[in-house]
Amino acid sequence: MSAPPLLQVDGLRMHFFTKAGVVKAVDDVSFTVDRGEILGLVGESGSGKSMTGYSILGLVDAPGRIVDGRIVFDGTDLTRLDAAAWRRIRGNRIAMIFQDPMMTLNPVLRIDTQIVEAVLAHADVSRESALARAREALVRVGIASPDERLRAYPHQFSGGMRQRVAIAIALVNGPDLIIADEPTTALDVTIQGQILFEMQKVCRESGTALIWITHDLSVIAGLADEVCVMYAGRFVESGRVADVLERPLHPYSRGLIDSVPSRNERGRPLHQIPGMTPSLLSLGPGCPFRERCSEATPRCAESPAITEPAPGRRLRCFHPVP
Amino acid sequence: MSAAGPSPVPLLELRGISKQFSSRLDIAARIAARLGAGAGPQTVHALDGVDLSVGAGEVVGLVGESGCGKSTLGRIVARILEPSRGERRWKDRPYSDYESPASRAERLAVQMVFQDPFASLNPRMRIVDVIGEAPVVHGLVPARERDRYVAEVMERVGLDASLAKRFPHQFSGGQRSRIGIARALAVNPRFLVCDEAVAALDVSIQAQVLNLFIRLREEFGLTYLFISHDLGVVRHLSDRVVIMYLGRIVESADSQEVFARPNHPYTQALLAEIPRLEATKRAYIPIKGEIPSPLAPPGGCHFHPRCPHAMPRCQAEAPRLREIAPGHLSACHLNDTP
Ligand SMILES: Nc1ncnc2c1ncn2[C@@H]1O[C@H](COP(=O)(O)OP(=O)(O)OP(=O)(O)O)[C@@H](O)[C@H]1O
Ligand SMILES: Nc1ncnc2c1ncn2[C@@H]1O[C@H](COP(=O)(O)OP(=O)(O)OP(=O)(O)O)[C@@H](O)[C@H]1O
Ligand code: SF4
Ligand SMILES: [Mg+2]
Ligand SMILES: [Mg+2]
Repeated sequence: MSAPPLLQVDGLRMHFFTKAGVVKAVDDVSFTVDRGEILGLVGESGSGKSMTGYSILGLVDAPGRIVDGRIVFDGTDLTRLDAAAWRRIRGNRIAMIFQDPMMTLNPVLRIDTQIVEAVLAHADVSRESALARAREALVRVGIASPDERLRAYPHQFSGGMRQRVAIAIALVNGPDLIIADEPTTALDVTIQGQILFEMQKVCRESGTALIWITHDLSVIAGLADEVCVMYAGRFVESGRVADVLERPLHPYSRGLIDSVPSRNERGRPLHQIPGMTPSLLSLGPGCPFRERCSEATPRCAESPAITEPAPGRRLRCFHPVP
Repeated sequence: MSAAGPSPVPLLELRGISKQFSSRLDIAARIAARLGAGAGPQTVHALDGVDLSVGAGEVVGLVGESGCGKSTLGRIVARILEPSRGERRWKDRPYSDYESPASRAERLAVQMVFQDPFASLNPRMRIVDVIGEAPVVHGLVPARERDRYVAEVMERVGLDASLAKRFPHQFSGGQRSRIGIARALAVNPRFLVCDEAVAALDVSIQAQVLNLFIRLREEFGLTYLFISHDLGVVRHLSDRVVIMYLGRIVESADSQEVFARPNHPYTQALLAEIPRLEATKRAYIPIKGEIPSPLAPPGGCHFHPRCPHAMPRCQAEAPRLREIAPGHLSACHLNDTP
């Protein structure tokens, strides 16, 4: 028997109860992540990727609520934790790198204060060694002149440097699981390469598991082991990265792969998936992609169940791409 | 002497723009220093003598490493920041000629889409006001037409117009960045500074927004300074690509030329790193050499500590940006060595 996964998300549903109606931001999403494994969580803007991450970390606020599902982390169901237990886990065993670095950074505190406090909150070490760790963390994410930069404030950094500081804070306590929400989207390729290198190293050397949320398939291609694709809050397909990119089964994943700029001719309009993402407000049953799907039939007005069309592949679609 | 655009009189011209940020001017740092935090004044050399001209209807892609000064340059073009030195010109007249209320339309003509949509949206404003306020205030749209106009702009960038009454925090990251694009487009700009405008967008929405940019340019001759780290996007969209390294322009040429014949060793290193979809799992190789700091920029050519071809001269003397082929500028001493 293989060891149980580090994280198991099972039938997760997270809805917003707004005046205008129920927004089903996450609606039946399941995946597992093993120690040392990198999972790419991909999907269109607004498909519920960030909210999946927030749910795992217990950061869902009213009017949002987890209405169903389990999130089992190292044997504990996180949906049942109290505030004190969360404080021990968050930033220590599970860290999150937010899409917006200012969710991590405090604008009125110097960078050194912020990283040192993150260390001291979970580790019994001296201020000096906490500061040394802070410095080392900045070097790992490619910040030059770390000593001077430690004494600076967030507004004195460029957009990409702020994000790198947030990544440094996530790495500093050696967590078991890191949830990274599009952290390299605004970084140039050389720095992105360095950060991805650091992330891969951390996962390989210390068995840290990583959930990498992104819409950028080329990052996933080089980084992740497994990929899980979401659409309109729902799970649509998953599998080994190479398999899914080479042979996407869901018409939506197929459309995603075809719209990557490098696959299109210069100056010409890019391939576009026709239509728009459906409003998640009071989204009814049936496959949410059917209005934009070239394969759709009347049957798609029902909700497809999850099948396993090939070993290691999971799919929610009646008419897989041939 | 400058990166010449295609038309005789450029729409926008920057001459010798430099920008330093001094921590001495920063209140928070001053208080910290007074409390004995011990940090002496630090000067960040964000931009160092940048010359750039952009012709009407041209799309200039601006690329370079994180922290090299791209946003600073964009903000200076969009009048959000003042340069420490140098001159900005719009339609062959200095920016200072457009300060009067009568020149409001010319000032509105340059708009910026910010890199950080989270910080640039007022959290207490509904989207309909975020997008609709400026066009109404500036008389582009009558107040009673506002909601219809906002709905139209929202749909152009792929946002569901029924969400117009929501507040920014109720949107996902990519939706917020489209709100920023819609806000800039709503005042019918002639020149758009796009700072990582499509970075937070997934490919299908990105394709939709890029197609919108291409269409606006064809229909209205909209001009772009397109800041992006995504070389695939830059290549797709730009006529000309300008590459910056640590506050200086190191290369500038026609887009096809840059990708076919990169001259500067930094550009060559940059192009070697483009991630590809086809790449199956690979080990990322970190950049070689010390990462430079704008707090203490290396002397001579800023790139010399990391350059595989560096010669003694590169440490001593900053290479000038000069034409190495028609319309192709590069700042590297190798071009002097036969
Ligand atoms: N406070 C809220 N109230 C109502 N709806 C919300 C709220 N916050 C988010 N949503 C909606 O929930 C959906 C999922 O949002 P989420 O942030 O998870 O998307 P995402 O996949 O991370 O997208 P992106 O790539 O654009 O960041 C979106 O359609 C968004 O509009
Ligand atoms: N208000 C400020 N005070 C002090 N330094 C600043 C300020 N704004 C920018 N800087 C510094 O100027 C340099 C250039 O920053 P800029 O934001 O222009 O970089 P960038 O090229 O846009 O980078 P990125 O790709 O990471 O967004 C950086 O070293 C940054 O720390
Ligand atoms: S000038 Fe010298 S150091 Fe700079 S890029 Fe050219 S060869 Fe390299
Ligand atoms: Mg998100
Ligand atoms: Mg920037």
